[in-house]
Amino acid sequence: MAQLHFFKLKPAHLPWLKCIIHLSALVPLLLTFFQAFNDELGGDPVSALLHFTGLGAFKLLLLSLLVTPLARLLKQGLLINVRRLLGLYSFTYALAHIASYVLFDLQLDWPLLLSEIVKRPYITVGFVGWLILLALALTSTKQAQRKLGKRWQSLHNSVYLAAILVSIHFLWSVKSAILEPTIYIVMTALLLAYRRDKFKRWFNKRIKNRQKI
Amino acid sequence: TEKLNFSASSKKAATKLTPEEKIISHNNFYEFGTGKSDPVENAQQFKVNPWRLSIEGLAEKPFTLDYDDLFKQFPLEERIYRLRCVEAWSMVVPWIGFSLASLIKKAKPLSSAKYVAFETLYDPEQMPGQRSRFAGGGINYPYIEGLRIDEAMHPLTLLSVGLYGKTLPAQNGAPIRLVVPWKYGFKSIKSITRIRLTDKRPPTSWNQLAANEYGFYANVNPNVDHPRWSQASERRISGAGLFSRNRIDTKMFNGYEEVAALYQGMDLRKHF
Repeated sequence: MAQLHFFKLKPAHLPWLKCIIHLSALVPLLLTFFQAFNDELGGDPVSALLHFTGLGAFKLLLLSLLVTPLARLLKQGLLINVRRLLGLYSFTYALAHIASYVLFDLQLDWPLLLSEIVKRPYITVGFVGWLILLALALTSTKQAQRKLGKRWQSLHNSVYLAAILVSIHFLWSVKSAILEPTIYIVMTALLLAYRRDKFKRWFNKRIKNRQKI
Repeated sequence: TEKLNFSASSKKAATKLTPEEKIISHNNFYEFGTGKSDPVENAQQFKVNPWRLSIEGLAEKPFTLDYDDLFKQFPLEERIYRLRCVEAWSMVVPWIGFSLASLIKKAKPLSSAKYVAFETLYDPEQMPGQRSRFAGGGINYPYIEGLRIDEAMHPLTLLSVGLYGKTLPAQNGAPIRLVVPWKYGFKSIKSITRIRLTDKRPPTSWNQLAANEYGFYANVNPNVDHPRWSQASERRISGAGLFSRNRIDTKMFNGYEEVAALYQGMDLRKHF
């Protein structure tokens, strides 16, 4: 297994690493909204905003899923400490995505929003994915972790489901240019494949439980 | 782009024009990339002169036009049309051009001509989207479109060679493009090299790619949703910024009710 002999992440490095994550997630987000407000984001700032925030949420979600494999591969256990931050930024982008959709695309047409969520499978799927991220963000505190005990881990395992839903949402949303979504789906599949033992254990447990009944 | 001589629009625009900057920077022209801002970035080196547009097929007098003919053979006039994209956004564009009918009449169509088929330039050297299926969004190039002959002969149907008083920018379909204002934008094929009169309904690019989403007729219709989004309303791109309340109701035939007679007795849910 690859190992970085020349560098070992130390607790003192963590604030710096987190600072870099804060800056690289927040600055582009604020800058993009600033440009959109000033109508400097191409012909249709609304669609540009939707694309940027949606893709940003997906990228950050994949990054958060990359933390565990990366920490093991590079033997940098402390990396785990940035996972929650990346997950929270993924939710922040997803929140900006859905807010842009409701505020600037549908322009607070609530009946239209409801009918779109029900009628359009790609929006249904995206919305469910967003609800999962919302639940994970709300229970991301140490306090919630203590309170939920064992159930916390099972709840947070639904991040894998969210990743699958987001992939489908992206693929179904494009008209025909499927190259970009395909690349993202492959990345998602690789990150999930890394957890195959976890899924196997989970399935086996399910089957056993069913046999008991 | 160069200045054009044309007769100004007789009709005043009922609504505000979409700013020129928006019209020339927000384009669907997959030959130059699938992103909305790809065409304006990738089309600037596009050579439109020399050009050849041929009118052929079931006609007594087929002919071809070269680049200069496009601007000289027919008197140019300004027409302010609403453009409704199938993606539920819209613009108001001051086009300059001439009726497709006048061009077709000049070729003297045979009575057997029932449809008109159009074809965009095929030139992968200049059009990066045509180099591979992936780069061009899966379309089998050249891009093709078609109209029924009565749709093609309708006085609203325009061949456009300019907008905002000048020749068309490459990303908007230079040197000559179709504009059918009561149909979704993808019917208005760009950078045309061939117009063919035929007795059979011609295949069309988006219909080939996804027949369940894009029909041959593609008439703007608020009552027939795209499978993935509602067509009941649209966002008018106005340049008024992010907070402008620009979502408006979509009108049947994009508000051009005078074409309704063309479709009498047809089930527009089936023939979408």
